[in-house]
Amino acid sequence: MNFNSISAIYRFEVARAWRTIGQTIAAPVVSTCLYFIVFGSAIGSRMGSIEGVSYAAFIIPGLVMMSLLTQSISNASFGIFFPRFSGTIFEVLSAPISYFEILLGYVGAAASKSLVVGLLILITARLFVDYNIQHPFWMITFLILTAVTFSLFGFILGIVANGFDQLQVVPLMVITPLAFLGGTFYSIDMLPPFWQTVTLFNPVVYLVSGFRWSFYGIADVSILTSISMISLFLIGCVLTVWRIFATGYRLKD
Amino acid sequence: MSIISIKNLNKTYSSGFEALKDVNLEIRAGEIFALLGPNGAGKTTLISIICGIVTPSSGEVLAGGHNILSEYRAARSKIGLVPQELTTDAFESVWSTVNFSRGLFGKPKDHTYVEKVLRQLSLWDKKDTKLRALSGGMKRRVMIAKALSHEPEILFLDEPSAGVDVELRRDMWDMVRELRESGVTIILTTHYIEEAEEMADRVGVINGGEIVIVEDKTELMQKLGKKELRLQLQNAMTEIPDDLSEYNLKLDADGTELVYSFDTKQEHTGIAELLRKLYKKDIDFKDLNSSKSSLEEIFVELVKEQ
Repeated sequence: MNFNSISAIYRFEVARAWRTIGQTIAAPVVSTCLYFIVFGSAIGSRMGSIEGVSYAAFIIPGLVMMSLLTQSISNASFGIFFPRFSGTIFEVLSAPISYFEILLGYVGAAASKSLVVGLLILITARLFVDYNIQHPFWMITFLILTAVTFSLFGFILGIVANGFDQLQVVPLMVITPLAFLGGTFYSIDMLPPFWQTVTLFNPVVYLVSGFRWSFYGIADVSILTSISMISLFLIGCVLTVWRIFATGYRLKD
Repeated sequence: MSIISIKNLNKTYSSGFEALKDVNLEIRAGEIFALLGPNGAGKTTLISIICGIVTPSSGEVLAGGHNILSEYRAARSKIGLVPQELTTDAFESVWSTVNFSRGLFGKPKDHTYVEKVLRQLSLWDKKDTKLRALSGGMKRRVMIAKALSHEPEILFLDEPSAGVDVELRRDMWDMVRELRESGVTIILTTHYIEEAEEMADRVGVINGGEIVIVEDKTELMQKLGKKELRLQLQNAMTEIPDDLSEYNLKLDADGTELVYSFDTKQEHTGIAELLRKLYKKDIDFKDLNSSKSSLEEIFVELVKEQ
């Protein structure tokens, strides 16, 4: 394993995030805090509790998950797309480093950045809302699994994308709506039976549900199903990345 | 001893374009090898395959004795590449980008070495400058510093003088010679044939994906070079007299110049005899000069023959 090379990519990506700290860290934390203030403190104070959890506390896992998903995808997709766009990818491809090590560098850095954002949101949320974490091990497991899986997904997006606009489309036009409709702000039990069934096709439901379970012990679907679904998506992403590297798709001709 | 050995190398892109056709080439350790060829000849494809950026369709390439596919780590760690395009991370500083390259190639941090490289390339004063603030020539130097950051044994310079002013080009040539003296093998592709003529030990010409010739530069110029004798006539001529037809003569400049071409490898050039015959025929000339064909002219001839 070429640790110097992995570390070089990792540090390079982290340094880039540090240079643009306002955009990569502060912006998602601030915007998510606005949700706490508006939906949690202002509107939430007039709403009843859900399964014994105050509304403000209920939405925290979903909001953290929404930020984690969008940030993981954005960080990883930009991380690999920019060298492709600028042409500096030649240096990575000509280095004595395996594809797996390249992946560790880029995805590791993207996942780390989104984990920092997720944890900062959790810490900041504590300023507005009182919440507890019943299963901290599973909470951390969900955070890491989701960050890694969606960073892999972002990496794939960064390889496939033809322009910067396409990098924005998936987080804004796909992930955010799925997060909104995936039980971030409500329990799917509150939906009519037909929409409950439809919602089960939304992969974000399983992430939010599992993550919320690690906080309050309540879930829309079983914890096993949540873990299985995210593992399935992780395997799908790994296989896709493996295929990209095996064929050199969009990287090598 | 060959430091790069290429055997039966072929590359056909997914578009169907055949960029390299059965290329065989040996590059000796410690030499400066100039790879010449017109646009689209396959120079960059060949370099890209050796460096691991493009996958070969078939054939074998060894760099420093290591197969570039099965032993890619060992092979690539010996190679530094300065690409044709100035592809840099605009927001990085000179110092961080050169250190990044060193780390990427698996080398541990060595600030003393990086400082030495930056000083050699007159970049030390600019070490904290962001790349976007540098001129094209300085960016080219940064690209060289990045390629040298991991102490490669083989350095590829793909069109190193593109967009570089005369002064910097001369500096770069000096630097390349110094690198060669330190034991680095240098392979350069260039459109400036003058550059190859000035620096290369050996020259390879590639055209249409095929290696046309690989030869020691001096021998190549000796073998394929032609000399020309130009006589500025006192009186313009309309045609060359029949009894001078045995000479390779032609008229130029509206008949005011008589041009005699001869091979440099010939033992007898025939100049003295020609001049005697001209004297006998009362063909006076006011001036004469001789010139040797440049590498550029040889290159053009070779490519035209293809």
